[in-house]
Amino acid sequence: MFDLKKIKDEYLNKLDSDLNIESVNQIKTELFGKNGQISNSFKSLGSLPTDERKKFASDLNSIKDELQDKINSKLKEIETKEINSKLENEKVDVTLPEREFSRGKIHPVSQVIDEISSIFSEIGFSVEEGPDIENEHYNFTALNTPDNHPARDMHDTFYLDNNKELLLRTHTSPVQVRTMLNGKPPFKIIAPGRTYRSDSDQTHSPMFHQVEGLHIDKDINMGHLKGCLNYFIKSFFEVDKIKMRFRPSHFPFTEPSAEVDIGYEIKDGKIVIGEGDKWLEILGCGMVHPNVLKNVKVNPDKYQGYAFGIGIDRLGMLKYGINDLRAFFEADYRWLNHFGFDPLDVPSNYRGLSR
Amino acid sequence: MKFTISWLKEHLDTEKKDNELIEKLTDIGLEVESFENVSSGLDSFKVAKIINAEQHPNADRLRICDVDIGLDNTVKVVCGAPNAKKDLLTIYAGPGSIIPKNNMKLSVSKIRGVTSYGMLCSESELNLSNESEGIVELTTSKYYDKIGKNFFKSNTEKVVDLSITPNRPDCLGVRGIARDLAAAGVGKLKKISLKNKKKNRSQKIKVSITKDKNQGCTVFGSCLIEGVTNKESPKWLKEKIILLGQKPISAIVDITNYVMLDLNRPLHAYDADKIDKEIIVRNSKKNETFEALDNKEYKLDNDMCVISDKSGVLGLGGIIGGTRSGTETKTKNILLESAYFIPRSIRRTSKLLNIDTDAKFRFERGIDPQSIKLGLSKAAELISEICGGRISNFDIQQTDKHENNKIKFNISLFEKITGFKVNDNEIIKILTDLGFEVSKKKLELDLKIPTWRPDITQPIDIVEEIVRIKGYENIETLQPEKTKIKDTLNVQQKHFHFLQRSVASKGYFETVTWSFTDSKINKIFKENLKEIKIINPISSDLDVLRNSIFTNLTFYLKKNLDRGFKDISLFEIGPIFKGSKPGEQLTVVGAIKSGKISRLNWNEKDRIVDVFDVKKDVIQTLVEAGYDRQRFFVRDKSPSYYHPGKSGSVYLDKDEIDPVAYFGEIHPNILKKLDIKTEGLVGFEIYMDYLSENKTKLKDLKANFEYSDYQKSERDFAFVVDKSVKAQDLIEIISSIDKNLIRSIKIFDVYEGENIPQDKKSIALNVTIQSSEKTLEESDLEKINKLIISTVETKSGAKIRS
Repeated sequence: MFDLKKIKDEYLNKLDSDLNIESVNQIKTELFGKNGQISNSFKSLGSLPTDERKKFASDLNSIKDELQDKINSKLKEIETKEINSKLENEKVDVTLPEREFSRGKIHPVSQVIDEISSIFSEIGFSVEEGPDIENEHYNFTALNTPDNHPARDMHDTFYLDNNKELLLRTHTSPVQVRTMLNGKPPFKIIAPGRTYRSDSDQTHSPMFHQVEGLHIDKDINMGHLKGCLNYFIKSFFEVDKIKMRFRPSHFPFTEPSAEVDIGYEIKDGKIVIGEGDKWLEILGCGMVHPNVLKNVKVNPDKYQGYAFGIGIDRLGMLKYGINDLRAFFEADYRWLNHFGFDPLDVPSNYRGLSR
Repeated sequence: MKFTISWLKEHLDTEKKDNELIEKLTDIGLEVESFENVSSGLDSFKVAKIINAEQHPNADRLRICDVDIGLDNTVKVVCGAPNAKKDLLTIYAGPGSIIPKNNMKLSVSKIRGVTSYGMLCSESELNLSNESEGIVELTTSKYYDKIGKNFFKSNTEKVVDLSITPNRPDCLGVRGIARDLAAAGVGKLKKISLKNKKKNRSQKIKVSITKDKNQGCTVFGSCLIEGVTNKESPKWLKEKIILLGQKPISAIVDITNYVMLDLNRPLHAYDADKIDKEIIVRNSKKNETFEALDNKEYKLDNDMCVISDKSGVLGLGGIIGGTRSGTETKTKNILLESAYFIPRSIRRTSKLLNIDTDAKFRFERGIDPQSIKLGLSKAAELISEICGGRISNFDIQQTDKHENNKIKFNISLFEKITGFKVNDNEIIKILTDLGFEVSKKKLELDLKIPTWRPDITQPIDIVEEIVRIKGYENIETLQPEKTKIKDTLNVQQKHFHFLQRSVASKGYFETVTWSFTDSKINKIFKENLKEIKIINPISSDLDVLRNSIFTNLTFYLKKNLDRGFKDISLFEIGPIFKGSKPGEQLTVVGAIKSGKISRLNWNEKDRIVDVFDVKKDVIQTLVEAGYDRQRFFVRDKSPSYYHPGKSGSVYLDKDEIDPVAYFGEIHPNILKKLDIKTEGLVGFEIYMDYLSENKTKLKDLKANFEYSDYQKSERDFAFVVDKSVKAQDLIEIISSIDKNLIRSIKIFDVYEGENIPQDKKSIALNVTIQSSEKTLEESDLEKINKLIISTVETKSGAKIRS
C-alpha cells in the first residue's frame, strides 16, 4: 500500500528546495515516469478492494494534480530566473546617445506664408501667384500708374532691358491684374510672393515678400476691408484684441487708400503687439481704383472691392522677434536653426497657427 | 515737407494745441514723419574762457590754449588767432561740431605735433559777421557766468515733417496744409493779405511762349523789379529757411524759396541786366548746352522746355536756372518768373538729364496754374520791402486758360464705397472748405475743382476727400464673410507646400536666397540657359537672374563651411529663370548636402555623403508626394555640374520627356572653382513644373484595397552581368515576366572582384513571389524560377551564378 501522504509531503518538500531544471525533471520522472511512484500507484488501483478503490483513486488524483502543479510552477520559476539572470548580463548603458537623427527646418518666410494662407483660407480666400518677371504694363500702367506718374519713383525698380519694358515686379499687385483679366468676378484672392526693389539697408533688402489681397464683388465696401484686416491681424498675432488705426494715404491703384497701423509697446525690451500707445505701420490698402477695374475689363459701376498689400518678412519679424531683415536671406545655419520651424508644424486652423 | 506750427498759424486761425494739430494731420492723410526740435547743430558751440595761452613750440603763429568750457578739466586747443590770450571769453567748438561757414566737421587733430581738442571760433566762421581777424571776444560782464553754456539759443520751435503723397502737390506749401486742417474743423483758413499797390511801371522785357509741338510751358508770368539792393535776408526769414534745413543765400533767393514753401508756388529770379533783349520760352534743340545753378554743364536733347534769350538758354523751365542770368549781391534789376510747366514735360526732361530739384519735384506733381499772380505779388512785395526797388506790372503770357475742371458727384456713391452715411450738408461743407465750388442738384453735386488739386478727376476722388476729412474711424468694422469661391490651393501650390515640408523633414534647412546671383557663379550652373542681366543691379555680384538654385546654395554653403560647420544640408524652393519675359521661369527645389553621415558617432561608422543619400531623398520625396515608385525611371544623364559618373536623372515614367529631378555628386571641379572645402558634396533638384497631376485621387486609391492571403515565397538569384548592365534594367526584366506573381524585387548585393571576370559584376536579387488566387505549389515556383533565369539570361546576357 502506498503511503500517499508520505509521497506527497516528501516531494513537495523536495520541490521547495533550490533546484535546477535537471533536478526537477528528475523528480518528474520519479513521480510520473514509467515506474514513477504516482504511475505505480495508479497501476495498483486495480488490486484494491472496490470500497477502498474509490477513495484511493480520488486521493491519488488530487495528489497527482497538486504535485504536477508544483512541478510546473517550479519549472516556470527556474525559467524566469534564468532569463532574468541572462538579461541582467545584457544590460547596456542607456544613457549613451541615441542613434543620430537629423531635423530639418522650414524658413520663417515660408512658415508665415502658410500661416497667412491658413487664416485667409478660413474666410474664403484662395491663393493666386504670378511671375517674378513682369512687364511694365502689369506692374505699373494697368495699376493706374502711368509712366509720367511720380509714384513710379517710389519703387526703385530692377529692369531687365534698356527700354524699361521688362522688370522684376516691385509688388505683388500685378497678380491682381492677371487674376482679374483671366477670370470673372467675384474675386477673393491672396497672392503671396517675392518682390524686388533696388534698395538695401538695415530695413530694406533688394528682395522681400509681399502678400496681396483682393476682394471684388457687387457690394464690398470699406467696412468689409476693415473687418477683413482686423480679423487677419488678430488671428496672425494670436491675440484677442488689437489696436488698429486706418490712416488715409495714397496709392495709385486704390482709392480711397489707407495705411494701417497697429498699436504696440515695448515691454522688457520686447515688442508687444496690440497694446500700448505707439503705432507701427504694417500694411497699405484701399478700394480698388475704378481705373484699375476698367483696365482689367471689370465694370466699376457693377463691381467694387478692396485690395491690400502686406510685407510678409516684416510680419514675421514682428511676430517672432527677428531684428534684421537681411538675415532672412543669408542662409546662416545658426539663424536657420534658431528661427526655422519644424516641418511638421503645419499652420492650420484646427491645430492653431503656431505652437 | 517741413514747416513750423507758427508758420502754419500764419495761414490757420486756431486755438488747438500742437499735438491736436499733429494728430489731425495724420488723421486726414498728411502723415507726420516727425515733430521734434531739429538740432541746429549749434548746440556744440560753448561760451569758453582761455585760462592760459602759451606759444606753440613748433609754430610762431600758433598758441596752445587751456580752455575752460565749464567742465572739471580744461581742454587744450591750438589756436592761430592773434587775440587768443589769457582770460579772454570766447566761443569754443568741440570735436564733432560743424562750422557754419564752411560746413567742416571738426575732429581731434594734431597741429604741428600738439593735439588740439576743438577750436576757438571767429565771427565769420560762425556766420555772425564777416569779421575773420581773430576769435570772438565776448564781453566779460555779459558772459562771465555763462562759461560752458551754449552760445546760441537753442531753437525751441519744433519742426513738423510731413511725408506728402505724390497726389497732393497742394500740401507742399504751408497754406495747403492749413486749408486741409481748416476743412477738418480745427481752425479757419486766413485770407492772404496783399497790399497790391498800384504799379505804374511796365514790364519792359518782352516775353513769348513759342508754339512748339509739346511745348512744356503754358503760362509765363513775370514782373520786373528795378533798383533793388540784394543783401542778406533779415533774421526772421533766415531763421525760417534754416529751420527747414535749407541754406540762406541772399534775400532775393531766400524770398523766392520762402514763397515756394509757403504757397507751393515756385518762382525764379533773373538778373534782368543779364538777359539778352527778351525771354523766349521754347523747346530746346539737340546739343544745346547751358551751365545750371548746380555748376554743371548740361547738354540738351530735342524738345526740352527752356527759358532762353537772344543769346541762348538761360534755364530749364521749372527745373533749374542757369548761372548766366543768376542773381548776385550786386544785382540791381531783377525779372521774377512765375510760370506753369506741364508735369509730363518736367518729368521727361529731368529723367533724361538726371536732375532732381525742389522746383522739379513740385512742377512734376502739378502746380496750381492759377497761382501765377499770387506768387508774383507776394514775392515782389517782400522783395521791395527788404531790398527796395520798383515793381512793374505783371506780364502774363498764356497759351492755356487752365479753367477749373468740373465733375458731377452722385452723393450715394459715398455710402456705397465707405459703408456709412454723412449728411449732405456736411459733405457740402467739407468740399467747400477744401476749395470746391459746390452746387446741389437733387441727389447730385455739381463741383468745380480747385486748380491746386490736379489729383481730382473723377467721383471716386471726391469720396476719398470726404472720407479722409470726416475720418476713417467712422468706417464700420464688418465681420468677414466665410464664403469660398474656390479651393484655397491649386494642385501646383499643394505640391509646392508638400515638397517643401517633405524635403525639410529629411534634415534639410530651408533657405530663401536672392532670385539674382553673381554672373560668375551662375556661369558654372547655367548649362545652356540664357544669361539674364539686370540693367541696374544692386551690386556687381548680384548682376543676373539665377539660372539654377545651386548658384546661391553653393555660395551660402561655403559661407557656412567657413563658419566651421561641416555636415550641412540646405535647400531652397523657388524660381529659376529661363528667359527675361514674364512666365519664363520654373519652380525648382534645390538641395545640397555636405560632409559626412554619422560623424563622430559612438555606434555607427561615419561615411562621406554619397549619390545614394540624395537619390533616397529625391525618390522618397516623390513617393511621399504620391508618385508611383514602380513607374520611376532613372537615367544616368545629368547637367554638367554633377559628377559625370555619380549622378542621374529621374523620370516619373519611362515615356516622360522631361526629367522631374536630378541628383548626384557635385562635380569636383566646381568645388575647386568655388573653393569649397568639404569631404563630399551631393545635391538634387526637383522641377515642380514637370510634376504631373496625380490622376487618381486618394479617395479612389484607398477605396481599391487589394491584398493576398496566400503563402508567399522568396527566391534568391545571383547573376553575373556585363558591368554596363544597369540594375534598373535587370529589375525591369524580372518584374515584367509576370506582374501578377512577382511582388517585389530587392537587390541585396553587388559584387565585383575575385572570382568574377574583370568586365563583369555580380548582382544578387531577392524575388518575392505570391499569387492572389492560390497557394503556389513547388512546381509553380520552379517554373517561374526557371523563367526568371532564362529571361534574364537571354535579355541581358547575364549568367546565373552557380
